[in-house]
Amino acid sequence: MDELINKRINEVLKGNQDSFEEIVLLFQHRLYHVCYRMLGSREEAQDIAQEAFVRAYSNLHTFDQKRKFSTWIFRIATNLCIDRIRKKKPDYSLDAQVPGTEGLDMYSQIAAAEDLPEEEVERMETQERVQYEVGRLPEKYRSVITLRYMEELPLQEIADILDLPLGTVKTRVHRGRDALRKQIGTM
Amino acid sequence: MTNCPIEVVQYMHEYLDGEISPEQEQVLNEHLATCEECQILFEELSDAVALLELADPMQAPIGFAEGVMARLPQSTQHKKKKGVNRWLRRHPLLSAAALFLILMSAALFSSYNTNDHFSVTMQPNLVIEGDTVVVPAGEVIKGDLVVKNGDIRIEGEVDGNVTVIRGEKYMASTAVVTGNIEEIDELFDWLWYKIKTAFKGLTPEKVEKQETE
Repeated sequence: MDELINKRINEVLKGNQDSFEEIVLLFQHRLYHVCYRMLGSREEAQDIAQEAFVRAYSNLHTFDQKRKFSTWIFRIATNLCIDRIRKKKPDYSLDAQVPGTEGLDMYSQIAAAEDLPEEEVERMETQERVQYEVGRLPEKYRSVITLRYMEELPLQEIADILDLPLGTVKTRVHRGRDALRKQIGTM
Repeated sequence: MTNCPIEVVQYMHEYLDGEISPEQEQVLNEHLATCEECQILFEELSDAVALLELADPMQAPIGFAEGVMARLPQSTQHKKKKGVNRWLRRHPLLSAAALFLILMSAALFSSYNTNDHFSVTMQPNLVIEGDTVVVPAGEVIKGDLVVKNGDIRIEGEVDGNVTVIRGEKYMASTAVVTGNIEEIDELFDWLWYKIKTAFKGLTPEKVEKQETE
């Protein structure tokens, strides 16, 4: 897999733009899925996932072929998603720490979707419900939970993608799970 | 849960991460067997995970990759070069034909332009008066006649074809030409003539037959 991708990358670097399409086809579904879980909108997911590929193309010469391409492209995509989430509601004091949390600032809160009335949530279909609950998670937890449970990536790979220490990723997975438990429990 | 060991919750997460050691798992199980509160917490956490695992994988919409390709930055000269290359690769026959035509026409045009001096296929009995070739009355010229950049006046008989390139032909009432008479003035005629003679050279018998009919 990695060998094939690196072959395509070298073709692109030599000027064959068509080879990039094969790279896109290999990763489009996974990247779109992660973006969709992070952003909760199909249009935005498509826009951001496509933008991630465009950025990857423009910076392909900086990619270290000894590393995993999937990690690299996931990192570009998650960074774009986080930027997009933060831009959505710009009129808070984002750096203020949320009371009663450890190191959670407002950035991590604004991403959460609006809470819906209980009856409405109960009427949701499973898929809708999953997305609703993931969307309510603070962005810090949402990215690790998405990568862990939607993409089923190992913790170390998530740490590489998000450029975080492994311990931080573990803590976030734990807290994300607990936050989700509380969300569901209050229903 | 207030009286429970702190590490029990940590063990639950280790278990859910699939990273619990057998010793830790034993501690967790022993505790869960005795503590209802922790049992409920562990169940709720497992339910949260179970909900996440219900999420269906999603497919990128149709046309996603094309959309990416359309959004890629284009370096213009690069694209132009590639476009030509791609065209040539996709149409090898057309490319070869185009190349042939270019070279061919270059050769033809140059010969049309450079040969602007008077010339004639020399045959016995021909009389040349300045730039005019005369077939005298009573004489018979056996074979084809080609006059370039000059006129021809035919008073006698020509047993063959007469071709006048950029010139005039005058036929006296006594003139007899057994073959075709052609006057070539325009570039296009010139090309046509060249191509015809080239083919005539390739298949002499066939063409001759046609002309005699």
